[in-house]
Amino acid sequence: MADLDINDVSMSFVDRSGKELRALDRISLAIEHSEFVCLIGHSGCGKSTLLNIVAGLLTPTSGAIRCAGAVVSGTAPERAMVFQSHALLPWMTCVENVHLAVKQAFRGASRSELMDRAEQALKLVHLEHAIGKYPFEISGGMKQRVGIARAFAVQPKVLLLDEPFGALDALTRSSLQDELMRIVETTKTTVVMVTHDIDEAIFLSDRIVALSNGPAARIGRIWKIETSRPRDRLKLTTDFEGIKYRKEILEFLYKKEPFPQLAS
Amino acid sequence: MLHRLQQPWVASIAIFVGFICIWAWFTTTTSGSGSAADAEYARLAGQSAPGQQASAIPSPWAVALRGYELIAHALDRDNPNNLGIAWHLLYSMGRVALGFTLALAVAVPLGFVLGLWPACYRALDPFIQVLRPVSPLAWMPLALYTFRDSTISTIFIIFICAVWPMLISTATGTASVRAEWLNVSCVFGVPRLEHVTRVVFPASVPMILSGMRISIGIAWFVIVAAEMVGAQSGIGYFIWNEWNNLQITSMIVAIVLVGGIGLALDVILKRIGERLSFRE
Repeated sequence: MADLDINDVSMSFVDRSGKELRALDRISLAIEHSEFVCLIGHSGCGKSTLLNIVAGLLTPTSGAIRCAGAVVSGTAPERAMVFQSHALLPWMTCVENVHLAVKQAFRGASRSELMDRAEQALKLVHLEHAIGKYPFEISGGMKQRVGIARAFAVQPKVLLLDEPFGALDALTRSSLQDELMRIVETTKTTVVMVTHDIDEAIFLSDRIVALSNGPAARIGRIWKIETSRPRDRLKLTTDFEGIKYRKEILEFLYKKEPFPQLAS
Repeated sequence: MLHRLQQPWVASIAIFVGFICIWAWFTTTTSGSGSAADAEYARLAGQSAPGQQASAIPSPWAVALRGYELIAHALDRDNPNNLGIAWHLLYSMGRVALGFTLALAVAVPLGFVLGLWPACYRALDPFIQVLRPVSPLAWMPLALYTFRDSTISTIFIIFICAVWPMLISTATGTASVRAEWLNVSCVFGVPRLEHVTRVVFPASVPMILSGMRISIGIAWFVIVAAEMVGAQSGIGYFIWNEWNNLQITSMIVAIVLVGGIGLALDVILKRIGERLSFRE
């Protein structure tokens, strides 16, 4: 049984003039346990919308999401999310931010146990020195580490990442990718990640799912990335295999599904 | 040396000194030159006229002297008809404190409710919009008639003018919490009560405090006028009383004090705001 089952999901929005806009058109995708899937596509194609539907922040117009067999209705810590804008509450310290999430996921646990879990999560991302610090006191990359720690701390069945490294510089981004891969491999968490970055997708994914251009986006193509793990970032950018994936994805995005403004 | 002169406070002092000089020049020179008519008038009117001042506006030295006198006797209270100026200021501040606290106690919880339930906000909005622009002094006769007590009426006036900015900014702050923070609550399943106390409330603190800052400014603004109409004490009463006695110097001293205290109140609330608001 798939960990996450996206079954014939369509999503329409009604704009201000009352016209119906179809964002997603009959998307089906089954994601296996401990699989890492990246959603890729041009901006505005609806990949974040799909992720928000999986998270339960949006309700699809038709179709359903099943998480470990149960139909999803609304949000739950079993589908924890890492947001693009780190989304830490600035009036809480790092450990309090994690604690707020942990508390909801492990109802009935003692305060010291919850605190322990929150601290462990921060240690997992090498932030033991920032436990008592406020978000404004740490760098952008560290904030996103706290965001990742918060999501892992609730031990989700499926981890959702919405362009988590989009706002970071290239060096910070690679070190966070390494960190994410290490944690995912040890915890065997199922991951769905939205990204713009092709190299990031190839480096991290078991499968890359490219959406066609909106409106009414569908699944355009799926690549199975068979490069063995642990992966070497340098090798991937120079090896034939990595280059092949890169070329195919670029071709899909720029030839078959060119950016809407360029197509006309 | 030159870069020292470019500092803003140096310019401020220079402007102040310049202002005093111009003031002094106007109030002392008019007696000599432009008073041919005055001299004529004095000759005709005989002994009653020479008391006429050289200028209608007193000189800065006269004001400074009067300021010194008023402050030296600021704490006098042996004669109830001649209270020291500190007591008047204390009366005024007490009324503002009471009215403002009442307004705070009503505006923040109500604004919170309005922000959390937009339907309530929409239902109450027409009333807020109609009542808000009414000059607080328009309430004065009605308040005097209803409460039959000038102190209660003044406190009511302060309440009614201080309540709107705090109500509206609290409601706006509560209703416009950033979507990413609301999503955090949603995704991690934070229950309603904890969501309100640990996410919505801290997020709206900066807005609530800026509303408080606007309100205290308006309250201090309005107390002077309110006390002119309906009080037997307070700085507004003092200014009006000195006007009746034609003590222009006292009026100017009082104006300076009112301005200084207004500034102090604003700075205090700004500091509290910086303390309590989150940093990013």
